[in-house]
Amino acid sequence: MAKSYVSTTINGESAEFLCEPQQTLLDVLRDVIGLTGSKEGCASGDCGACSVMLDGTLVCSCLVLGVEAEGKSILTVEGVAQGEKLHPVQQKFLEHAALQCGFCTPGLIVASKALLDQNPNPTETEIRYWLAGNLCRCTGYDKIVRAVQDAGAVMRGEAS
Amino acid sequence: MSGLTYTAPTSVDDAVKLLAGSSGLAKVMSGGTDLLVQLRSGRLKPELIVDTKKIPGINDIREENGGLVVGAATPGHVVEANAAMNKSWPGVVEALDLIGSQQVQGRCSLAGNLCNASPAADSVPALYASGATAVIVGAKGRREAPVESVPAGPGRTTLAKDEFILEFKFPARPANSSDAYLRFIPRTEMDIAVVGCGISLTLDAPNGTITAARCSLGAVAPTVLLVQAMADAIVGSKLDDAALAKLDAAAQAACKPINDKRGTIEYRTKVAGVLARRVAKIAYDRASGKTVKAH
Repeated sequence: MAKSYVSTTINGESAEFLCEPQQTLLDVLRDVIGLTGSKEGCASGDCGACSVMLDGTLVCSCLVLGVEAEGKSILTVEGVAQGEKLHPVQQKFLEHAALQCGFCTPGLIVASKALLDQNPNPTETEIRYWLAGNLCRCTGYDKIVRAVQDAGAVMRGEAS
Repeated sequence: MSGLTYTAPTSVDDAVKLLAGSSGLAKVMSGGTDLLVQLRSGRLKPELIVDTKKIPGINDIREENGGLVVGAATPGHVVEANAAMNKSWPGVVEALDLIGSQQVQGRCSLAGNLCNASPAADSVPALYASGATAVIVGAKGRREAPVESVPAGPGRTTLAKDEFILEFKFPARPANSSDAYLRFIPRTEMDIAVVGCGISLTLDAPNGTITAARCSLGAVAPTVLLVQAMADAIVGSKLDDAALAKLDAAAQAACKPINDKRGTIEYRTKVAGVLARRVAKIAYDRASGKTVKAH
């Protein structure tokens, strides 16, 4: 099977790759591009560990074909920090110890940032519903919710 | 690996030609939230995927003749952000919003949910209740069909091999009309309906008599059901206790469910009646001008 040539933008930089039609965007990110931050948990859109932004929309990269990335702009967890400076969501996940094994963390960081970018001051209920597609089997979610609330306060300029 | 070909045509004609010209299994893709899972599991081995998202208008919502036209591949989060859809069809919006996670909402579509043809599909009972029309394109041209004529059985539709849904036409809304959808699940989010119910009503005045109704049940038969007897039970009433009892009985009588891990036949049948009562009350209150949050 001939591979397709795909030209796209990943974390603000132009990228090109070859992929087979059945390869998912997650397969391409991890196995072709070498960006292994996005994780494969379920490969069926249930766990959210592969969450990325596709043209500004939060999606599971396991439910997107690699060829669909043509002409699109993708943000992965690797693009969330500004160089050495962590994003407030990342900083607060560390401070609140909102992770244990860490496998779900990249997806949760991307999904939490997506929430705060469109809703800077979400209620606890809004946070829990928004993150319902990001499964964490370690923390029990309370620390994650608190980290997102705290990151929101930083992004609103109400805390540091 | 398989001889799978992916195409993303930019016109209806090209898409139809590709589907018609395929010798093996060809799958139409919108958001892909069901299709990619089926590909991955090996349940489906298509030779061709026709991604419809590059066809102009298929991801958009527009007003036409007083009604609304929703492009077949418009993702859930776009429909949910649309003020006109929320005003006229809150039941359709809340039903679509129940599909999967926020991530899935970035991709899932009304056409995908309808054509995946699961009896438990959340947006489909609300779509049936709305009386929307599917605009279907194919090698023989363009035709319009009631949405309830599309699913044929679990995973099967009545569409020909070269056909796909281009858009949905939601009719103009008379005054004092609204709709609602509820599903029963044993948790609050990210689950598949044990029973779903969608109802759309028109009243003669706020808190008045029901002049028109369309009622639908999900997950209680091989396809989602449009149940005329449920509508007959409440039209002409002000949704008093006697009408609600008739609606409950009509819903239970329409059920032909299976026993599975999500619920027994007896349980699903009972829940269908209870949900129908609750959904009818929400739709009635909304049609009377009240803002009611169903979920």
